[in-house]
Amino acid sequence: MGDLIQAIVAKYNYWIYITLMMIGLYAMIAKNNLVKKIVGMNIFQTAIILFYVSTGVKRGGTLPIIEHGHGGHSHVIHAADYINPLPHVLMLTAIVVSVATLGVALALAIRIYNRYNTLEEDEILAQIREE
Amino acid sequence: MSQHYPALIVIVPLLAAFIISVAGWINKKLCFPIAVAAVTVSTGSSIGLLFRVMNEGVVHYRLGGWLPPWGIAYYVDQLNALVLCVVTVAALLNLIAAKKSIEQEFPERIGPFYTLYVLFVTGMVGITVTGDAFNLYVLLEIASITGYALIAMGDKDRAPLASLNYLYMGTIGACFYLLGVGYLYIATGSLNMVDIARILPDLYQSKAVLGAFIICMVGVWIKMAFFPLHGWLPNAYTFAPSASSSLIAPLMTKVMIYVMIRLILTVFTPKFAFATLAISDSIVWLACIAIVMGAIFALAQRDLKKMLTYIIVAEVGYMVGGAWLGNRAGMTGAILHIMNDALMTLCAFLVVGNIVYKVKGYAFDNLKGLFAKMPFTMGAFVIAALSFIGVPPTCGFFSKWYLISGAIQAGHYGFMVALIFSSLVNVVLFFRIIEIGYYEPFSDHHGHDHPAEPMAEAPLTMLVPLYIVAAGLILVGLYTGNIVNHIIRFVIPGSFV
Amino acid sequence: MKTIGLIIAVLTGALLIYATADFPAWGDPHSPASLHVSPYYIEKTIEETAVPNIVTSVLADYRGYDTMYETTVIFSAGVACFLLLRTFRRKEPEERLYRHVLTGVTIHAKRGKLPPSGDFERIDTAWTPPDLIIKTMCRLLIPFIQLFALYVIAHGHHSPGGGFQGGVMLGASVILLAISQDLRTAVRRLGEKVDALLCAAGVFIYAGTGALCLLLGLNFLDYSALVRVLPCDPIMARSHGIFIVEIGVGIAVMATMIWIYCNVSSSGEYDEGL
Repeated sequence: MGDLIQAIVAKYNYWIYITLMMIGLYAMIAKNNLVKKIVGMNIFQTAIILFYVSTGVKRGGTLPIIEHGHGGHSHVIHAADYINPLPHVLMLTAIVVSVATLGVALALAIRIYNRYNTLEEDEILAQIREE
Repeated sequence: MSQHYPALIVIVPLLAAFIISVAGWINKKLCFPIAVAAVTVSTGSSIGLLFRVMNEGVVHYRLGGWLPPWGIAYYVDQLNALVLCVVTVAALLNLIAAKKSIEQEFPERIGPFYTLYVLFVTGMVGITVTGDAFNLYVLLEIASITGYALIAMGDKDRAPLASLNYLYMGTIGACFYLLGVGYLYIATGSLNMVDIARILPDLYQSKAVLGAFIICMVGVWIKMAFFPLHGWLPNAYTFAPSASSSLIAPLMTKVMIYVMIRLILTVFTPKFAFATLAISDSIVWLACIAIVMGAIFALAQRDLKKMLTYIIVAEVGYMVGGAWLGNRAGMTGAILHIMNDALMTLCAFLVVGNIVYKVKGYAFDNLKGLFAKMPFTMGAFVIAALSFIGVPPTCGFFSKWYLISGAIQAGHYGFMVALIFSSLVNVVLFFRIIEIGYYEPFSDHHGHDHPAEPMAEAPLTMLVPLYIVAAGLILVGLYTGNIVNHIIRFVIPGSFV
Repeated sequence: MKTIGLIIAVLTGALLIYATADFPAWGDPHSPASLHVSPYYIEKTIEETAVPNIVTSVLADYRGYDTMYETTVIFSAGVACFLLLRTFRRKEPEERLYRHVLTGVTIHAKRGKLPPSGDFERIDTAWTPPDLIIKTMCRLLIPFIQLFALYVIAHGHHSPGGGFQGGVMLGASVILLAISQDLRTAVRRLGEKVDALLCAAGVFIYAGTGALCLLLGLNFLDYSALVRVLPCDPIMARSHGIFIVEIGVGIAVMATMIWIYCNVSSSGEYDEGL
């Protein structure tokens, strides 16, 4: 039992991100309002970003900016002193992609609202069926 | 310049997209020539690259000059090169054929439309040519975002909602793929496909790798509309404008099938995908269900475009089942079918584009008497129908032949029955349309039938690309042996029987 | 629908949690991710690119190809919003609100419009009270915001920052102008056509630098080819190449943020919005 508690505590960050991801996924599937679905999409993508960034942490590491960078090149650089920069780079891309998708989704939601005057999906489907 | 072919294929359309965007504000007439020039350069480079790969083997290209895995590297083998040729040729023919319909449907938005068109082609080509797992995600998102916008420009009532539903499901699919790549990164520390394949064999028992595989597969299945994750496809492709649907429908799902095959063959080597996991049998059964359900839904439709979209769902089932059969014939059939299905779907959707341009509708009622009114278009439609059904010498017959012999060799008779059932249902579907078009007299809903309808065919810029594709269907069928022996044979690893 | 959503979420969550059983613990310095590819970046960035900020050097040089496509994604989102929403039909709004500048009296014109004059200014239909403090403070702050944004772009080599961060701040400064006054004022300052051209120009700078490197003989986006154009050694050429593409990214991101805001907030009519 102590072993299981140990395993849960050592990796608690992954459990938090998975919970956030599933909240976002549930919102995208189960909610009726189009904007709530868009918010759920944003939560889902943000949880993935948090997940990636957390893989770059190193105990005892500092920011990935070389200290004494400009000046002498005589300092030996140890990789263990700095946290992993690669997940940060990948997630800059993922953040931009999520903002772009959010922009297009909002534009589509505005088009739908201008046409049907409602943002609830069941009312929109009812209006479509009447036509 | 020939050593830069892998880069030119993607960069020339990318640069052209920005020039078209500026030209759209200054002088609208420049947009079309620039787009055609860019996609032509891309097509020429991909054909040149195919010949290079056939002569030299795998082609590597290091972007930024950095060695992999520290920089992004392109890895082009015969599979990539073949799919690249198919994608660029299809995009070029569709661009020429769609000019009139774009000018008819959105005359004041030509600049942005062509920009997004060329960016979509960039995304598709970039997905195919890359050898880096994260680069694939970024290009997938370029293709997806431009796809959502291109689709939403259609039918004013239904298209935005269909595109928004496509956006939700497409984002879930792409994010699942990203999550899978993240799991692989945690387990191996690398993002380069070949490098991951080098590190993975020690980690086959790891639960993280198993999770990564399942999540990547589910994400790619959502993007390729594998039943039951296909909910977005019928509405999205039906309500899109004809120029967009004939671009996106042949290409998007096929390139996703290429991604799945790349993941199975190169990243998670067949040893993991087939031997360690032992789920290939259940996936082939899922593919059988996809084929049967696609065929049944297609029977229930009352308009041409939606029927074709359900046929696409069934064709995706062919390719997924063929790839997961686990033998040489099945994988050959799946790869051959990527090329053949892209051509068949392009031909069918170009026909629909012609019909919509002249008759302004695509329900079955609008198709009456079309054989007399538009004989050339319907002639090409007959060739496409024969290919979907699987009649020699069109290409559809040969890929079905490989798939069926792969099914028999693997002992999976359910898949063989599903393929034959789908062919018979296609006979019913297409002959129903040919009957409506040939035998029923043309009526324009005013109550009186015209006795001898004068021929009002689509303009030449729409007919010539259509006939090039229709001729291609037959030529590709006749040259199947050459294609299999010189190109596809080298892709499948020797461990496949 | 809710039960299906719940079942899917629970199953997916269970699969993901199952897969974490073999993950390295949080902060483990010996995880495969920390040992395989990234030590090369950390140890070699100064000697190969002369840029101390490792995130910038990986983003714009080692994995610069990805960043070019990321900028293309944001550009295509701008074009998509423009394509979807922008209407060119001159639909005259039915009612307008005007405010007398000196006294603050508001006039509601049900049909027709007042001729333009210095005494009356047009305000948005969602009537807002006169807000001299907000307008003045924002007008004072915006130049400093822009200056700081330019600093963030230029100093991305040595401190956290870079093209994306600075570009968003530049875009935010113009959006602040649109929020504090109104959309018409911001569009008067930075017109729609200039904005669209800037957006394409920004990404073109990035892709064009890469194509220049290709024309100069090396692979695409290999900045050391720029030694033939810039008077420095190959390592500093990489550093300068990174700076040029960061400028391109900053311009593109600024222009797209403003473009998306203008289109989405006014539903494409560029008349009244927030």
